[in-house]
Amino acid sequence: MQQAKWIKPYGDTLDDGRVQLSFTLPVAMDDNAKEAARRLALAMGLEEPAVSHAQDIGQGFSFYVVYGQCKHRVDLSTIKVAKPDFEVLDKDEINRLIAEKMGRKMVVLGACIETDAHTVGIDAIMNMKGYNGHKGLESYHEIRAINLGAQVDSEDLVARAIDERADVILVSQVVTQKNIHLDNLTRLSDILEAEGLREKVILVVGGPRISHELAKELGYDAGFGPGSYAENVASFAIDEWIKRSARKAA
Amino acid sequence: MAQLQLDVARIARARESARRIGRQVHEDSSRKTTTTVERATLRLMGIDGVDENQVPLPNRVVEHLRERGLLAHGAAPLVAGAMDAQGMSAQQVAEAVAHGRLAIERPRDEARARALADASAAHMCDHIATQRASRAARIAASGEPPTPWLYLIVATGNIYEDIVQARAAAEQGADIVAVIRSTGQSLLDYVPYGATTEGFGGTYATQENFRLMRAALDEVGEKAKRYIRLTNYCSGLCMPEIAAMGAMERLDMMLNDSMYGIIFRDINMQRTFIDQFFSRMVNGYAGIIINTGEDNYLTTADAVEAAHTVLASQLINEQFAVLSGLTPDLMGLGHAFEIDPALENGFLWELAHAQLVRQVFPEASLKYMPPTKHMTGNIFRGHVQDALFNIASTVTNQHIHLLGMMTEAIHTPFIQDRYLSIENARYVFRTMRDLHSEIEFKPGGQIEQRAQQVLAETEAILAEVERTGLPAAIAKGTFADISRRPDGGKGLDGVLAKADDYHNPFPALMLQGH
Repeated sequence: MQQAKWIKPYGDTLDDGRVQLSFTLPVAMDDNAKEAARRLALAMGLEEPAVSHAQDIGQGFSFYVVYGQCKHRVDLSTIKVAKPDFEVLDKDEINRLIAEKMGRKMVVLGACIETDAHTVGIDAIMNMKGYNGHKGLESYHEIRAINLGAQVDSEDLVARAIDERADVILVSQVVTQKNIHLDNLTRLSDILEAEGLREKVILVVGGPRISHELAKELGYDAGFGPGSYAENVASFAIDEWIKRSARKAA
Repeated sequence: MAQLQLDVARIARARESARRIGRQVHEDSSRKTTTTVERATLRLMGIDGVDENQVPLPNRVVEHLRERGLLAHGAAPLVAGAMDAQGMSAQQVAEAVAHGRLAIERPRDEARARALADASAAHMCDHIATQRASRAARIAASGEPPTPWLYLIVATGNIYEDIVQARAAAEQGADIVAVIRSTGQSLLDYVPYGATTEGFGGTYATQENFRLMRAALDEVGEKAKRYIRLTNYCSGLCMPEIAAMGAMERLDMMLNDSMYGIIFRDINMQRTFIDQFFSRMVNGYAGIIINTGEDNYLTTADAVEAAHTVLASQLINEQFAVLSGLTPDLMGLGHAFEIDPALENGFLWELAHAQLVRQVFPEASLKYMPPTKHMTGNIFRGHVQDALFNIASTVTNQHIHLLGMMTEAIHTPFIQDRYLSIENARYVFRTMRDLHSEIEFKPGGQIEQRAQQVLAETEAILAEVERTGLPAAIAKGTFADISRRPDGGKGLDGVLAKADDYHNPFPALMLQGH
């Protein structure tokens, strides 16, 4: 049994629990509305809440900045976040592993599927330039990276995956309004299943609202959230490929 | 105003290249029409509404003409001929076709059908001219706001919720409200109908939604004694139809790029070149400011490396706009503040790019877009990035200023995000109002040298595009590092060659004097 490690927010003194939050109430600003903002913070579990800023923002709305002391705490020792189990390698190491274990180029197909038109995420992983100094998969000489871009129908993506004999399908979902990404992602995984391809490809999803846990729930092999780069995705892909071929051999 | 020393002859040569590039494309594409151009023409003749399956009647009629092998002659005289023969209005003809009660034939008297189509078109042009005059009168009464104009986005998916947010934005000081479209609408080959409340990442562009938002903004504008401009998206597979709807309902701005759909939505380039011409012609006649989409190049390609592709594309967009009869004040040429914040002196290069564009297009209503690519979930840093963007905008005298949101990388804006963003911009614009006329760029300094370098690269790339032709240049991935082929992409099936006797009444009416 691990020792408990209780933590709460830190302002300037350990365990003071100080947090800040801001929100809008759908009423015009007056003293009652301001008191309502304070009580709301209280109900959220903030002790001694103080409204540091209150402003009418027109059309019957008012905006608040509130400080308070969070009375809740969590035991860090009990937390174990689901993460894909692999080591993040650098580009040279990934290329070397692909060459050694696969003996051919790894084919990675990337797309924003269905209605999603926001390619910033898929571009950051796939395109030569990459993001934040991390080069994209196109720059890996052992990877054939094909970026299909925005609004690709799941059927088209799967057809292309068959044509290109894709090892990895990487989809991005940025628009998550009304949870449309869940429908889109389920649809793709269903089509792959129906085509009998699900076991053959490594299926990966990324996006600002994507976690590995959510990806697993949706039947994906891995999910990558904010702060992921090409090397994270590629490291997972080759690791998963090696594990699968070992399972097949066994 | 602070000015950079630029080689004027170089600007002239680049512009001349762009002129020849535009003319070549225009000559090739004017021999063809598209299904959406014909549908827009029918909408402008008064056909609206949907059938029992929610298929718009303009689509039904155009499909009908296509099936009968008649569309290449132009939808307008065919429908006018049917109106004459049946003693019906255009709408009645469309309804009869949709119900299978009428099969349209070649008109017995071709000249008479044309004259009727011309008269019907002239009637609509009068309506659009009245809308334009109404806008001018409202602006004259309230006065133009100082530039940069504050441009805000609403994107709830529900037109009634959009109206609540738009009214709040206008009350807080927005000069322009843009209603973002539902994701995916650009790839619909029809325009949805009626008031809509279910969109994703935005609200469907429909004529009824246009009308509802226009009325709301007029009302809040009258109270605030300001004219609030309304913006929508004239892009995708239905560019010309959305232009027609916007012209009828007095929209003030339309996102309307000559190449955006090709590059970023994989819409066929022949289709796009034809559609952008017609839609821009309608926008120009209606006095609608077009907004071009060069900012998008910088979200895909690197903002420093690709700076010259922005200017090259703006020069091409300018020439397509000229061919469609747009005056410089209606050209909202787009660019963006997208340099990586980690880059040393990045702000200097932003100033260089923004000032360069200002000087190359002194009369244009430049549209300056905020940081998006390098926005993170760190809203506090994001607010600072937006403040720097605001400074660059006022110092270089930009015209249309799309407000950055500190929650850019997280969600569509909350009402307070918009409020804080306006407060940020108004503070910067107020405290630096005359800064641009008080400072000068150091002659031969880093900013000036950077601008000269981008200009030189622009001239070179345009010379290259002129040599290969624009379609080949796009196929090579010249813009945004994305390659598209002339026969690829969506919507090619809607492109058809015009017959020798093709007739459309609108170009003659709308391009008068150009």
